[in-house]
Amino acid sequence: MEITRQEVEKVAKLARLALTEAETTAFSQQLNQIVGYVQKLKSFSTEGVEPTSTVPGQSNVFRPDQVQASLSTEQALSNAPDAEAQCFRVPKIIQES
Amino acid sequence: MAYEVVIGVEVHAQLRTQSKLFCACGTTFGLTANSQTCPVCLGLPGTLPVINEKAVEMAVRAGLAMNGTIGVRNRFARKNYFYPDLPKGYQISQYEAPICEHGWIEIAAGGSRKRVRIRRAHLEEDAGKNLHEAGSGMSLVDLNRAGTPLLEIVTEPDLSSSEEVVAYLKSLRDLLMYLDVCDGNMEEGSFRCEPNLSLRPAGQTTFGTKVELKNINSFKFVKDAVDYEIKRQTKVLNEGGKIYQETRLWNHERGETAVMRSKEEAHDYRYFPDPDLVPMEISSEWIEQLREGLPELASTKQQRFITEYGVPEYDAGILTSSKALAVYFEACVTLYPQPKTVSNWVMGELLRELNNSGTEADASPVTPERLVELLTLVDQGVISLKVARDIFPDVYASGKAPAQIVQEKGLTQVSDEGALATMIDEVLKKNPAQVGQFKEGKQQVLGFLVGQVMKASGGKANPGKVNELLKKALAG
Ligand SMILES: [Zn+2]
Repeated sequence: MEITRQEVEKVAKLARLALTEAETTAFSQQLNQIVGYVQKLKSFSTEGVEPTSTVPGQSNVFRPDQVQASLSTEQALSNAPDAEAQCFRVPKIIQES
Repeated sequence: MAYEVVIGVEVHAQLRTQSKLFCACGTTFGLTANSQTCPVCLGLPGTLPVINEKAVEMAVRAGLAMNGTIGVRNRFARKNYFYPDLPKGYQISQYEAPICEHGWIEIAAGGSRKRVRIRRAHLEEDAGKNLHEAGSGMSLVDLNRAGTPLLEIVTEPDLSSSEEVVAYLKSLRDLLMYLDVCDGNMEEGSFRCEPNLSLRPAGQTTFGTKVELKNINSFKFVKDAVDYEIKRQTKVLNEGGKIYQETRLWNHERGETAVMRSKEEAHDYRYFPDPDLVPMEISSEWIEQLREGLPELASTKQQRFITEYGVPEYDAGILTSSKALAVYFEACVTLYPQPKTVSNWVMGELLRELNNSGTEADASPVTPERLVELLTLVDQGVISLKVARDIFPDVYASGKAPAQIVQEKGLTQVSDEGALATMIDEVLKKNPAQVGQFKEGKQQVLGFLVGQVMKASGGKANPGKVNELLKKALAG
């Protein structure tokens, strides 16, 4: 499996990353090395092995339905570049019709 | 050309937990903006989500009540997209292994019953809320709702009219409210529906292009939006046009749908298992325990009302249409064991006032005790049935005891023979022609004369007494 430039460009676009030509080339190469390394797994038989999505090997870790104190509005907004009326203020997404 | 309408529905139901799905923030609606957040639901780095057990239980209960198969091995996935109300840049949802699959709900529409198949129901977290500032090109974001547990319920494309869509949504909402897993408040967004709709030439087996409808927060808007969209698509197709796969927003002021345009459309969500959450195994013991704890659902209750109280199937259907109404009815019948009389009042006078004021039966200003007081006043002959019906809106609006209203308005039924005799004399004097007809054998005239006496008494005369005394007077 090879990571093409087009794939790197698509992933960058979805992640809102503006890459230069040189960066796209560099990342394509690096990603290919990483994926190539992981490809080694293909030489092992994984029949009967459950796919793993977490490391600890635990399951069923639950939290009781109990409310604990939240942050204050001031704390919640303290890292925001812009705020108004107790809200985060951001550029509009939906276009006005 | 004749088209067949194919509709599927996606519902997002907020689960009624105290705390959010993956953190201990509260889920209260309508608080000061951003007063119900923490590092987990703000998506700050280094935080770890832990799932709320109660939310899982509610989802399983809903899945069982929808006749679904509960997924034993559950995984959570990240659905990646950028939107200002989604602080982490991904929503934690279920993708490959939903908590419930292959369910169904029975609906009644157009005089027949129909099974609507539920493709899947899965747990996910809600996003925050965007408030659009007019003119400035900026939006305000409130993250109080971010992380609230949702059950997304998706049907197969089994519906074919706006009536069926509304019937399905009502049945589903009632079911979730019976289970006490969702408060069903559409205006506050606790129960949000998104119908998707396509048309195809009658007889064609492949589906047409589907359009998703959003921004619908009442059953009336559901009906209006679906009807509008069917008309719009029919017109486009008849004129040789093309339907585009898109999301359209219902504008209830203009009575039309319009394309939702977004600058941030990611059609590639790149789902992958969330490594922060460990797998969740729902054992068959746990499922059985939850199944045993399911309350009596509407269909079972309806059957019980028919057999236990002897009310007609139609009555039982209406009385069990909401849990609150069924509880109300049973409370009345306990105090006043005449089920059909209670049923008539609940379905008639009470429901009319509840619907007019948009109130649920459990918040009715006329409590079961008060309604029974009113019925007892009729039984005791204090007021006539007509007066009881007439004053019901006042009892409802004022919240006063029926007896007090009867007294204040001077509506106590006149059964006193002396008073009635005076009224009868006057009526007979005023209507000599009818009296003559009666004496010639025209019995029907009696009804007219009774009516005149009732009218003269302002509806307060006891009709039985009037009948009796009139006959005597006419015979004399
Ligand atoms: Zn939180």
